[in-house]
Amino acid sequence: MKKLKLVMVGNGMAGVRALEELLKIAPDLYDITVFGAEPHANYNRILLSPVLAGEMTLQDIMLNDVDWYATNHITLHLNKKIEKIDRVARKVVAADGTEAPYDRLLLATGSNPFILPVPGATLDGVISYRDIHDTNAMIESAAKFQNAVVIGGGLLGLEAANGLKLRGMNVTVVHLMDWLMERQLDRTAAGMLQKTLEAKGLAFKLKTQTAEIVGSEDAGKAGRVTAVRFKDGAEVPADLVVMAVGIRPNTDLAAAAGLYCNRGVVVNDTMQTYDPRIYAVGECVAHRGIAYGLVAPLFDMAKVCANHLANFGIGRYQGSTLSTKLKVTGVDLFSAGDFSGGGDTEEILFNDAIGGVYKKLVLRDNKLIGCVLYGDTVDGGWYFQMLRDRQDVHEIRDHLMFGQSNLGNSGHLGQNKAAAMSDEMEVCGCNGVCKGTIVKSIKEKGLFTLDDVRKHTKASSSCGSCTGLVEQILSSTVGGAYQPAAAKNKPVCACTEHTHEEVRRVIREQHLLTIADVMRFMEWATPNGCASCRPALNYYVLSTWPHEAQDDPQSRFINERAHANIQKDGTYSVIPRMWGGSTSAAELRRIADVVDKYKIPSVKVTGGQRIDLLGVKKEDLPAVWRDLDMPSGHAYAKALRTVKTCVGSEWCRFGVQDSTNMGIDLEKDLWRMYAPHKVKLAVSGCPRNCAEATIKDVGVIGVESGWEIYVAGNGGIKAEVAQFLCKVKTRDEVLEYAGAFLQLYREEARYLDRSVHYVARVGLDYIKSHIVEDAEKRRALYARLRFALQGEPDPWRERFEGAGKREFELLEV
Amino acid sequence: MSAVMNASKAVWTRVCLLEDIPQLGARVVKSAHGNIAVFRNAEDEVFALLDKCPHKGGPLSQGIVFGRKVACPLHNWNIGLDDGQAVAPDHGCARRFALKLEEGSVFVDLA
Repeated sequence: MKKLKLVMVGNGMAGVRALEELLKIAPDLYDITVFGAEPHANYNRILLSPVLAGEMTLQDIMLNDVDWYATNHITLHLNKKIEKIDRVARKVVAADGTEAPYDRLLLATGSNPFILPVPGATLDGVISYRDIHDTNAMIESAAKFQNAVVIGGGLLGLEAANGLKLRGMNVTVVHLMDWLMERQLDRTAAGMLQKTLEAKGLAFKLKTQTAEIVGSEDAGKAGRVTAVRFKDGAEVPADLVVMAVGIRPNTDLAAAAGLYCNRGVVVNDTMQTYDPRIYAVGECVAHRGIAYGLVAPLFDMAKVCANHLANFGIGRYQGSTLSTKLKVTGVDLFSAGDFSGGGDTEEILFNDAIGGVYKKLVLRDNKLIGCVLYGDTVDGGWYFQMLRDRQDVHEIRDHLMFGQSNLGNSGHLGQNKAAAMSDEMEVCGCNGVCKGTIVKSIKEKGLFTLDDVRKHTKASSSCGSCTGLVEQILSSTVGGAYQPAAAKNKPVCACTEHTHEEVRRVIREQHLLTIADVMRFMEWATPNGCASCRPALNYYVLSTWPHEAQDDPQSRFINERAHANIQKDGTYSVIPRMWGGSTSAAELRRIADVVDKYKIPSVKVTGGQRIDLLGVKKEDLPAVWRDLDMPSGHAYAKALRTVKTCVGSEWCRFGVQDSTNMGIDLEKDLWRMYAPHKVKLAVSGCPRNCAEATIKDVGVIGVESGWEIYVAGNGGIKAEVAQFLCKVKTRDEVLEYAGAFLQLYREEARYLDRSVHYVARVGLDYIKSHIVEDAEKRRALYARLRFALQGEPDPWRERFEGAGKREFELLEV
Repeated sequence: MSAVMNASKAVWTRVCLLEDIPQLGARVVKSAHGNIAVFRNAEDEVFALLDKCPHKGGPLSQGIVFGRKVACPLHNWNIGLDDGQAVAPDHGCARRFALKLEEGSVFVDLA
């Protein structure tokens, strides 16, 4: 089949990102040609400020060099400006006459800096700050001249001013408005920023309008700039004037071709212009009336555009919430959303003028809608995540201001401020990755997302406890271009655009019973998914349609396929169930005999009050299970693990309830229950809580008058204390409440979410409304759990009686 | 599927029937070279790799098979079934064995 021709006009970050996304999902669909007006391949425009400041070089910020285009069979025309789109003949024509026909055209023409229409704006030494050419002009000027004036006290203007100051110039920033960065900061934060920058030697003139740029005249020819004159008549000497007063989407080419433009090239949610063969992405477009000038939304657009070009047609761009970070070394500033407050909004403020820390959180209807952080931006990513997810924050409102507590996180020396870490310090304890390695990878490989960093460095890819740190490093290295993924819209995996919630809903509504049905109905991009989505889908169909959906062992992780836990050397561990941690002489004798008979190298008592046999050969597993003659402990599964108990009132002189038997009853009630992740319970017989029930998914604590039930605790990576759900009187109530809570979790959580993550997302009030306040709902949930567990076999018994034999047999030749 | 083979050296050894391998799964063949994982994907293509992940030696035969890849059960490296190569950005290669399918039987070159 002849390939379609895709032509891209403009060779910047948005366009090239669209091509990268396209090559990832449909590498062979198009013959691609790219026209770029600049002589360089694609570089990271947002890192121009560090180049200006002398912290990086052009080489450091290249994203795709010329080789990249060659490797991907893309025809690249540098230094060629497209002058005309011939929509009838479907071709583009460059200034030098080069023509390229297209089937699909992608416009990524970016934006032009806005030049103030004042006298003298065309003088020598008056420049904008947009590309590497401008950056080089500034670097050259700084070497020759003394005085610089930057017009515009926004993000770009301040970064330019900072860079010029670092290169030794006297810099005055002129700003029309009452305070700096008025679109990103409130007055207080802007005042603190101004103070910090003044301490670095910058001068400011606020509320000042430029009237004229004064130049030397050289025999009637316009010469070089000498000063800037303001409306009030004052003058400041200047050898260099940088205009950073805003950008205008570059729509000339599109408008000349008759495409509808309004602020920018108007596009729909699939990034198509009024001519459906022509797409547009980046700073040149106007989407729902908004033209974006920051890089993060451009990446979202690129993804949607690529998806549509690849004929998948499932992605839509629906606008972006923005966040900003100033890339000036030594200044910590973060802002996002609507921070101006007023009206029906509420504000939470923290203001330490001496310490240089200011935080403002703006809420409406119990949701965070904006924030400004100055001096301490550690929690910027966390706030932004809640903002984008429109998360209800009323339960955490009292400590919202103090940030996401990282206490209890293990694996990175208790560090929670990336900025304070030296390059040699370890960030990711699981994979031994230090800060310098991550920063280097981000810069050299042009990484922008957490997923990219995980793939390239492995940091935060195992236990995830350092995710917050890695996000901080990302955001301080690439600035506002880093956007934490919106958890709400996060697809299951790269095989689909659908979220876990959408998948669960569709399985329920459409009565889908197999993984293949789900993939077909929801238009999966891959023929049989991947190692991430298949186990999730298998769990979703089974938990939604118990006794109807058929289990697919090949879509289970090996532990759940072999019903034992794979170890680093490929052997397995076997943990038989010991109800409530109770055992007997007969069981212990059988265990000892099995250890001898199968030469099992290691025996260990687990934290869950059971016995672990380590180093069992896979082919021995069925025989080991048969000889043990004990039920499966499911220590290998996303399922009910253990119910830990203390001794309780039967023996303990402090015990007020029979916790051991309560634990045994719970374990027998919930045994064989699969779940989105592992589930651990504990029962203590008095408030001394020797069974550590307050760090379990469900913890039960006996008191004189009955049982207290706690939910959503966790003792792992991040220790989380379980929250009090309610108090009940009887054993049967404990079974019903605990079972109903776990059924709710089974029905609604995302696969691989522990109960703590699930409850954090929906809120404890929601849980209470289903379990405590509504008896009918609780009983229905518990009844559904009972139905699901009915007749569920012991997997070990099934196998030693002959099921699934070939899983355990080696082929001999 | 027929593999290109070096007729003078190949030692084709019958290991099992195609049906003996689960779709999107694998079986382990004991051999003088060590354990060999024989995979079968959804399209009934079969592949043979040394049962050792290039990362930390994990048994690839125990991984989840999808498309023409397998995810190692130890640290989730994705390994190409047809070339044994780790999927970027990981680097490494698992040894391949030539394999052919004849009248429903799977043969591996154990030379």
